[in-house]
Amino acid sequence: MHELALARSLVDMVEEYALEHNATRVNRINLRLGEMSAMTRALHFCFGAVCQGTACEGALLAIEEVPLTVFCSHCDEVKQPSGRYSFRCVDCGMPTPRVVTGKELQLVSIELSESEFRQIQNAGDRTGEVAGSATP
Amino acid sequence: MCTVCGCESDHKHNHDHDHNHHHDSHHHGPVEDHLHFGANEAGVSVAGFSQDRLITIEKNILDKNQSFADLNRTYFQKNNLLTVNLLSSPGAGKTTLLVKTIEELKETTPIFVIEGDQQTANDAERIRSTGVDAVQINTGKGCHLDAHMVAHALEEFHFEESGLLLIENVGNLVCPSAFDLGESYKAVILSVTEGEDKPIKYPDMFAAADLMVVSKIDLLPYLKFDVSQAIEYAKRVNPSLEVIQLSAESGEGIDTWNEWLLQRLNPLVRESSPEPTLREAPINA
Repeated sequence: MHELALARSLVDMVEEYALEHNATRVNRINLRLGEMSAMTRALHFCFGAVCQGTACEGALLAIEEVPLTVFCSHCDEVKQPSGRYSFRCVDCGMPTPRVVTGKELQLVSIELSESEFRQIQNAGDRTGEVAGSATP
Repeated sequence: MCTVCGCESDHKHNHDHDHNHHHDSHHHGPVEDHLHFGANEAGVSVAGFSQDRLITIEKNILDKNQSFADLNRTYFQKNNLLTVNLLSSPGAGKTTLLVKTIEELKETTPIFVIEGDQQTANDAERIRSTGVDAVQINTGKGCHLDAHMVAHALEEFHFEESGLLLIENVGNLVCPSAFDLGESYKAVILSVTEGEDKPIKYPDMFAAADLMVVSKIDLLPYLKFDVSQAIEYAKRVNPSLEVIQLSAESGEGIDTWNEWLLQRLNPLVRESSPEPTLREAPINA
């Protein structure tokens, strides 16, 4: 269950960025996962557990899957292998150990909740206070 | 409801695209899978104003582990340590191979061992009884060693000269493949009491490895294990994989393994010893 470890570092990373942008709520997390990356769909079980009580709670995980492509030095071309773990060129049969795409495990972007921020601000305006202000 | 994870979503993206949601700023690939967790504001259309702020990050999720791994790698290079990460399923013979390696090489080579297990210090004790330094890492519920754990284990050693650092990972053919520890080489051990199709059943591990050790070959006469088939499967997922067949019990093939290690260690030993010309320099001055 290394997905748990990955989910935890994902949530940590997102929280860091959210904090940096003064956001308390993240609406959407955009990920890019290669076909051969270490991440599986088990990530969403772990994410659900790990994000409890964090800015990521309730966020949508948007996963963009990147297909596996390899480079065949014999054909001097980027190819799509016949199978996920079949590292031989589909045309010439030579070994193609160099992976071009498919190992991605990236946090692409996050969407922070602006409406929540505005709501707090509006509520603050009504009571004559600025949201997040510690002044009495 | 999704029958896979029980969430409320049908895994389809239900956005109303009338709203001002900056979709052109997303990187949309050919296949996109959206996983919803409970109600979220992004699913609600609010006409007329931008609901979210998009923050572009473009960072590897394993960045933190990678930065620790890079630090470890620099540390290993500075201390002229050849580091081998030993990986296998539980019971493939990692510790037995380690003990054998230590017995054979400890007189000529400084050896250090990091042992990874979920619980107990049994393996580290087994290693220490051979007379070399060993640090046990217990991962608790964790299924793999990560670079941060290894960095802490390194604090326990006193490296004074070049040597061999052997890291026995948690017995698991899945998770440890994803975590770079900063090691020089990954060696995966496949025992002949397992199935020869392990390399294609657990391809990530065999794809990540530099060397495959086929262990317990003294048992081959009693088993149906097809060594050449296992090697063929392994080369299918990793054409550049090196292979050594051995038995730590009978000693067969151990010389090849020792040689594999020493060939990679010796250049580091030469680097660590001062150049003769430099040594002579002060005398001439």
